Amino acid sequence: MTGLALSCSINKKSLFDRKHYFYADLPAGYQITQQRLPIAVNGNLSYTLYVGAKQSQMVTKNVRIKQIQLEQDSGKSLHNDARSQTFIDLNRAGVGLMEVVMEPDMCCGEEAAAAVRELQLILQTLGSSQAIMAEGQLRVDANVSVRHPGEPYGVRTEVKNINSLRFLARAVDYEIQRQIEELENGGTILNETRAFDYKLGCTIPMRDKEGKQDYRFMPEPNLPPLILYDAKSLPANIDDQQVVNIDWIQERLPDLPSVKRARLVEQYGILPEHSFTLLNEDGLMELFEDVVRKTQMNPKKVIGWVISELLGHLKQYDLTVKESPVNSVSLADLLNLLERGVISSSAAKQVLEELWKGEGKTPLQIVKEKRLELIQNQRELDQICQAVMEGHQEEVMEIKAGNKKVLNKLIGLVQRATQRRADPILVKQILEKKLSQ
Amino acid sequence: MLRTALREVSTALKEGQVSPTELCQRCLSLIKATKFLNAYITVTEDTALRQAEESEKRYRRGQSLGDLDGIPVAVKDNFSTTGIETTCASNMLKGYIPPYSATVVQKLLDQGAVLIGKTNLDEFAMGSGSTDGIFGPVRNPWSYSKQYREKCGQNSHLENEDSSWLITGGSSGGSAAAVSSFTCFAALGSDTGGSTRNPAAHCGVVGLKPTYGLVSRHGLIPLVNSMDVPGILTRCVDDAATVLGVLAGHDPKDSTTVQDPFNPFKLPSVIDVSKLCIGIPKEYHIPGLSSETLAVWSKAADLFENAGARVIEVSLPHTCYSIVCYHVLCTAEVASNMARFDGLEYGHRSNMDKSTESMYAATRREGFNDVVRGRILSGNYFLLKQNYEKYFIKAQKVRRLIANDFVNVFSSGVDVLLTPTTLRDAVPYVEFIKEDNRTRSAQDDIFTQAANMSGLPAVSIPTALSEKGLPIGLQFVGRAFQELQLLTVAKWFEKQAKFPILQLQEMLDHADALSHQKISLSS
Repeated sequence: MTGLALSCSINKKSLFDRKHYFYADLPAGYQITQQRLPIAVNGNLSYTLYVGAKQSQMVTKNVRIKQIQLEQDSGKSLHNDARSQTFIDLNRAGVGLMEVVMEPDMCCGEEAAAAVRELQLILQTLGSSQAIMAEGQLRVDANVSVRHPGEPYGVRTEVKNINSLRFLARAVDYEIQRQIEELENGGTILNETRAFDYKLGCTIPMRDKEGKQDYRFMPEPNLPPLILYDAKSLPANIDDQQVVNIDWIQERLPDLPSVKRARLVEQYGILPEHSFTLLNEDGLMELFEDVVRKTQMNPKKVIGWVISELLGHLKQYDLTVKESPVNSVSLADLLNLLERGVISSSAAKQVLEELWKGEGKTPLQIVKEKRLELIQNQRELDQICQAVMEGHQEEVMEIKAGNKKVLNKLIGLVQRATQRRADPILVKQILEKKLSQ
Repeated sequence: MLRTALREVSTALKEGQVSPTELCQRCLSLIKATKFLNAYITVTEDTALRQAEESEKRYRRGQSLGDLDGIPVAVKDNFSTTGIETTCASNMLKGYIPPYSATVVQKLLDQGAVLIGKTNLDEFAMGSGSTDGIFGPVRNPWSYSKQYREKCGQNSHLENEDSSWLITGGSSGGSAAAVSSFTCFAALGSDTGGSTRNPAAHCGVVGLKPTYGLVSRHGLIPLVNSMDVPGILTRCVDDAATVLGVLAGHDPKDSTTVQDPFNPFKLPSVIDVSKLCIGIPKEYHIPGLSSETLAVWSKAADLFENAGARVIEVSLPHTCYSIVCYHVLCTAEVASNMARFDGLEYGHRSNMDKSTESMYAATRREGFNDVVRGRILSGNYFLLKQNYEKYFIKAQKVRRLIANDFVNVFSSGVDVLLTPTTLRDAVPYVEFIKEDNRTRSAQDDIFTQAANMSGLPAVSIPTALSEKGLPIGLQFVGRAFQELQLLTVAKWFEKQAKFPILQLQEMLDHADALSHQKISLSS
């Protein structure tokens, strides 16, 4: 699935090999991997990032996928340097995993993080993996090298121990800087493995892996070649459950993030940046679509509420969409009140603040409690406007003299008098009408 | 009773002529009496008696599980057995108790077989004599047979034979000796280069190597993954077919077993070989072959011809390269398979704790014997990047040529090949150890290893006694997955050969008498 999603060529026959080395977390003394012929090769991953002075312009970039290979996981080593001891956790040793190898097509930490983020979304969409870095479900090793434009690739270092997208960006940028400084000072870059120290924000050489190892690769004798079929090559009398049919899988691939984003833009008329944000936050797209379904408000207006207001609040309180005290039902109800002119936009924001407390009240209840309904009675509004005008003859004069800005002051006074329960647009209309009389 | 075939014992059990517990106890007594053979590493007396009791309950209820219910069997000590120490005759695994059983062991137990013990072998199944394990060498029961002693003019004092006893061959010597000396009705061995067939020939029993991929290797501590198969040792061909029927078939835990369904078969009682074509490989007529074995081989060929079969000379032209090829591939896989023994998770761990590396090095030096270490070093050398192409890849190509030799012969109308199993009859231990393990293996595997290289089924049938009164076996090699045809031909031949039963009784009586003497002396 992942190979197909990344537009790779799937090798219908792939082979397994043993990679031999001794390490405490490798109980067999070898790792089963696919060195000679991996399952998928030559793919492509498109990702987006914001560039420009204000980070407002969206650019699409590409990174080539060299290959995807199946292999075994090792156990986990926990070093206790103080006591010269290492604890070995073998629970995950031998479990199958997938390694995605990218070509060095990225140029900075931001690109690396964006590319990996997109890969994360794809894996989550496919169900291949939950890809949560903090839990080790997605592990990233960064290979970094520097060179002058036009020169061949420089010596690369491998940076390990990166467990979040933010640290990935930082580690890559630090390493780039370190290498540049080293070279500019006349030094050389060693082809080594370095660990990212997230507390210090730098990379340090790793003690354990010294020198080049001869892994004594050998074909894995216990695993015959992995044969995959497509509709054309599928043998006649074979049980469906016994084979993997690439075409069958291709047909059933879910919409990838890029496709989903395009659909959102087309279906709802929102901006590409908006669709990007919707997919970037777990659960936000579902919430948005749910609200759109439940309200009469134009999706182009809904998106503003979802991103600026709701997401803004979530970020402020460091909550995920799942943890949001305001769900799609409440938000939809609120937006409907706004749409029907029952409340003003600023009143709606107030209601949202109340809803955020999570006391279980409906938007309508809050509106009633706080008496936030807009004054619908035209005559009542008219009277208040009249009263304000009568009480501020100087300002009236100024407006009639041509200083239109003073009108805002009058509107403000009406708002105060109505405790902000007047629709400013309506108020403006009424005042202007009166002033022109 | 202990000398009968499986089928007959099974009938006796069903008819209540003997009970599983009785049978088990008799075998256990015989094991004690033949302790000097050193065939067993572990005798599972308690569990065996418990299993026998369970079997007895089933027979009383008339609900026996099949032909193997209540039948004592032995298993070579390189098959994992739940809760029972599995050592591979090595310090590395001394005291190791597996948490799971090999698939083939489980299949036997599921059929109600009674596991009587784990048998002795060369350390990690590396060797052709069953002499290089930490529990000492296995002695060939025929060393103490009436047949051998009469021919050699030996007097029957216990003291004398300590220096002249014979090897069993290997590496499944313990299993072969166990079956040969009647302490069990069937035993599991393993066969990587001939390790089941070689001791079968020297001990006068039937040794079957099934087609690679027919029987699961899960739980068989691996030597060479691409050549290992579980082997079956019994006293007659019918018994081998019965056991094969229980063991063969696809195992999801072993990806190298074929998916095709396997149908257990019973061999016909009336066999006509006149329509068969028997092939005699001319390259197997080598200088080292003893004149006696050559004579037995020729006589066998004549036997078939007289019965109307077509007996022709065939050629397996790449035979001369097989020893070297086998050596490269075998050591390479051994080096890989032995990498897991690091003392960290199970088995022997050295006290050296200065660093992980030093602990590994010390553990492996302490845990493995010279033979194992020698093969690991060779194997790693062949797998080095700079040598991989020259040795490993080349050997793989030669292996395919060797396998193709057989394909060509079998597709030209030949049904079964007839060859010797070993160069000659069993030699005395003191003579055997004059050469090192590697030299001996290279010599002794010559007729048997090609079947492992090509994955074909092969069986050694005890044919005749040598001038010294010792067993000579002949080997039949069949087409892949054609065990039915192979064993049918073998059964016919077995009937013609009429190989004599081992006469051990005199020796046992004498041993008995002597042990009583010792008891009376000490009291």
